Amino acid sequence: MNPSDFERLSEFEWQLPATRGMHVPAIIYADEALLLAMDEKVREQIANVAMLPGIVRASYAMPDAHWGYGFPIGGVAAFDPDAGGVITAGGVGFDISCGVRCLLTGLKAVDLAAQQFSLAEALFHAIPAGMGSTGRLWLSMAEMNAMLMGGARWAVQQGYGEEVDLERIEEGGQVQGADPQWVSDLAKKRQRDEMGTLGSGNHYLEVQRVVSILDERIAKVLGLSQDDVVVSIHCGSRGLGHQIGTEFMKQMVEAASRYQIMLPDRELACAPIHSELGRNYLGAMRAAINCALANRQILTYLVRKVFYRIYPQVRMPLLYDVSHNTCKLEEHEVGSHKKQLYIHRKGATRAFGPGHPDIPAFLRAVGQPVLIGGSMGTASYVLTGTQRGMKLAFGSACHGAGRAMSRHAASRRWQGRKVVDELASQGILIRSPSFRGVAEEAPGAYKDVSSVVEVADRVGLAHKVAKLAPMVCIKG
Amino acid sequence: MKHWEHFSHEADMGIRGIGATCAEAFEQAALGLTAMVTDLEGVKPLVHVELFCDAPDNDLLLVDWLNTIICEMATRHLVFSSYEVRLTNGHLDGSAWGEKIDPLRHHPVVEPKGATYTCLTVHREGEIWVAQCVVDV
Repeated sequence: MNPSDFERLSEFEWQLPATRGMHVPAIIYADEALLLAMDEKVREQIANVAMLPGIVRASYAMPDAHWGYGFPIGGVAAFDPDAGGVITAGGVGFDISCGVRCLLTGLKAVDLAAQQFSLAEALFHAIPAGMGSTGRLWLSMAEMNAMLMGGARWAVQQGYGEEVDLERIEEGGQVQGADPQWVSDLAKKRQRDEMGTLGSGNHYLEVQRVVSILDERIAKVLGLSQDDVVVSIHCGSRGLGHQIGTEFMKQMVEAASRYQIMLPDRELACAPIHSELGRNYLGAMRAAINCALANRQILTYLVRKVFYRIYPQVRMPLLYDVSHNTCKLEEHEVGSHKKQLYIHRKGATRAFGPGHPDIPAFLRAVGQPVLIGGSMGTASYVLTGTQRGMKLAFGSACHGAGRAMSRHAASRRWQGRKVVDELASQGILIRSPSFRGVAEEAPGAYKDVSSVVEVADRVGLAHKVAKLAPMVCIKG
Repeated sequence: MKHWEHFSHEADMGIRGIGATCAEAFEQAALGLTAMVTDLEGVKPLVHVELFCDAPDNDLLLVDWLNTIICEMATRHLVFSSYEVRLTNGHLDGSAWGEKIDPLRHHPVVEPKGATYTCLTVHREGEIWVAQCVVDV
């Protein structure tokens, strides 16, 4: 991308002025190197998002932004329902409420050394991963609807966790306003045997160690210290979310002319928030968020079972669970007023700053944890939301490294077997049903997560707390 | 003349079907979809399914066709190695032949989430038809 297309507002803020049908400017948070590496499509897509009705303040791209569908991945936009604001299925994506959760173990890296191989094998055996894998849970239609209403709370009620887990999940593990009647039978059918499955692509389960503590005070509040072992799970709403995205995208494309919305890109198909289609999508999308939260809760149960068998003395509390493909109704300051806005985050993490009422009491002083996933062989990070981030991008931050290379290019450049062997020589055990899948996800196919996180920290979107490195990675 | 190919998208993967007719391009695009998941040669045509979809134009019909296949793969745990398409005024009648996915034999690379409107086009270029879009994985 050409930096000269932008006004440089500060070292890390690049603004595309509101021109050619844009209602607001578009802003990318990046350093010059990250901006130069971004595809030209990101500029085009943030400008297109800025053309949507009812958008507030600006269309934003996070430091890990890359070419997505309508929205860039790493895109954030807020819409005012009282100013004709819209909701767009493309602004949430197919993998609704894809997210990351992190579990503490109380173990140190040295405790794991002797069992690392058997732990990798046991996790690979216990966690259904990859296409064709099914969960051990089969839901009837009544159970499916209860799950879609109840989210992680439903899963805990079924025995897949503890009540204390729920306060460490956004919205207490259960998003209000879910309406399973707008989730098609086909979407429910697609999910019937996918509860408690990891999926594939960039989804993973990692056993990680804390390699550096970057803020001692906050790390202590989060329960992290040097050389601790943690487990991170990255996955989403599985087939149900994919089907909802597919169906509503189609309906919104067909309805755009009815709502007299000129779409700059068909992928930005949307509907007014105050419309029947908009309300139906909200109800279905919130049900999919609950599905993702329940899915990650069931996976947590499976992980705990494996650890408790190998390390009977261990207890594994949840550090936090974040979602990064969502649209949520939130209150934000716009000028001198507080407004209820629908915040689309596509590949962007909610990152509420200290004192926010939606953060559980024990974390309120430090801000919401922000969990940034790397890729096999690279670091992950724990950050926290900031007050400044609330003003910069409606309390949002990056979600990962972002791809630097297409899957197509990666599979031609690397061989999966060699990637697995090279990482094993570095002490990182990879387990996956597909070597080609490993090649497509090779660490070199992603941007440098550390530079993405550095920018997020320095611009003030979120604050660095701890750096994690993988020890075991289960890929779908 | 007929063939399929993959093209690059930063996060996901594009599929392109090329054929002498629009229907043939749709069949080739579907083969490109399967090839994202596994090697076509390893899939036996043991199961036959009939698939139908409708859309107001060829572009949307391609997305619908691929999403119908993706849904069939997901709900019945099938993978297909052969397709037949018949097109009539925005209506698609399709057949697919394949088998139950076996992770140990097929080593599925990735699970398609949905066909998208990105880089979507169905058009004629002289003697050939091209049908393409990006698939989210």
